[in-house]
Amino acid sequence: MSDHELRVSKIRDGTVIDHVTAGQALNVLAVLGIDGDEGFGVSIGMNVPSDTLGRKDIVKVEGRELSQSEVDIISLLAPEATVNIVREFDVIEKNRVERPERVVGLLRCPNHNCITNADEPVVSTFRVVDDGVRCEYCGEIIRSEIGDHLAVN
Amino acid sequence: MRHDHLLSAGQLTREDIEAVLDRAAEMAADPAGVAERHADRLLALCFFEPSTRTKMSFDAAMKRLGGDTVDMGTVESSSVKKGESLADTVRVIEGYADGIVLRHPSEGAAKLAAEFVDVPVVNAGDGAGQHPSQTLLDLYTMRENAGLDDLTVGIMGDLKYGRTVHSLAEALATFDARMHFVSPESLRLPRSVQFDLHEAGARLREHTELDEVLPELDVLYVTRIQRERFPDENEYQKVAGQYQIDADTLAAARDDLTVMHPLPRVDEIAPDVDGTEHAQYFPQAHNGVPVRMALLDELLSGDGGDR
Ligand SMILES: [Zn+2]
Repeated sequence: MSDHELRVSKIRDGTVIDHVTAGQALNVLAVLGIDGDEGFGVSIGMNVPSDTLGRKDIVKVEGRELSQSEVDIISLLAPEATVNIVREFDVIEKNRVERPERVVGLLRCPNHNCITNADEPVVSTFRVVDDGVRCEYCGEIIRSEIGDHLAVN
Repeated sequence: MRHDHLLSAGQLTREDIEAVLDRAAEMAADPAGVAERHADRLLALCFFEPSTRTKMSFDAAMKRLGGDTVDMGTVESSSVKKGESLADTVRVIEGYADGIVLRHPSEGAAKLAAEFVDVPVVNAGDGAGQHPSQTLLDLYTMRENAGLDDLTVGIMGDLKYGRTVHSLAEALATFDARMHFVSPESLRLPRSVQFDLHEAGARLREHTELDEVLPELDVLYVTRIQRERFPDENEYQKVAGQYQIDADTLAAARDDLTVMHPLPRVDEIAPDVDGTEHAQYFPQAHNGVPVRMALLDELLSGDGGDR
């Protein structure tokens, strides 16, 4: 994201998640648990032209920083994303997302017969593999459709 | 082998497997030598879905080691029916017994159980997932009949839901066996199992017709195509007939082909195969006892020191 774009958005303090894979912005909001009732200022750009991605989405959230587990899952939805922390209108930190080894509690296993979908005191756990994530309980693999299995949806 | 639990075949190295098979062979040769080995120890049999044979096999194994079993009984008669979680059930049963054998309809159930208890848990079948103790007795049978080196194995039938197949294929990959999977399109090996096999560098091919590979096989492992898996009886009838073998079918096979089946069979192996040299499915079932003795001995003897 250029400084110019950033100034246009006029975020004072918060987070700009840039270079989000086109079409994933709403999933990113879902990961963050944002549905508009929280009072954060949120702006979203979808299918914005991008030099590197062709098209990209951008999510800007005022007054909110991200936890590591949120960044982890965003990395799976949008492997090219950058997470920019803004204070007093300046980007003070710019981080590329990195794929985690595990994703805990943020996805629901698509295998209906998986024990994590039964009424048991267990948190879903997925191991990140080459081309997706894999349930540590039943072995089910989720590939490109990760956004469809967010536990927060 | 130094494991707390036996949850999936994938956790076993080739050395682990060979150690259990060697021990099983010793125990089969001299059952009297271990008749008191686990005296006063109790094994809990928790079968959330019925399986007379697997349950009896574990029961027999534990008793032949001098121990005893406690049985949860049927789900209908237990508190599970009242909505108790599996996690609670196993935590209660942990207080009654030195080990838990678990059969459950959900994939991953054994892994969950193992997280909640300190006693060893043996996965005796979790949904369409894994059935690793079956795999150990399958390998034992293969080793006795064909050896485990340079093996070409055909696995035929319901490869999608067949947990014995999933465990067996993973274990065979550690022995570098050539695997031929024969099934209807709709019952192919699930992608999660394919993933594991590719990760393990397994040599495998898929087929829809047995005759494409039959003459090459050292072992043919037949599984039941379950009628209830098909929404439509006609669809079932169409495929089922293609995956049945009889003595005539086996005319095209090598003389030393070993035919196996985890049992029970319905009509996928005709009775006229029973009298041939190929048939090893009854000895295979009998091997369950010494193999499970060896497995239980291993898990119950662990002191936890190096786990
Ligand atoms: Zn699962």
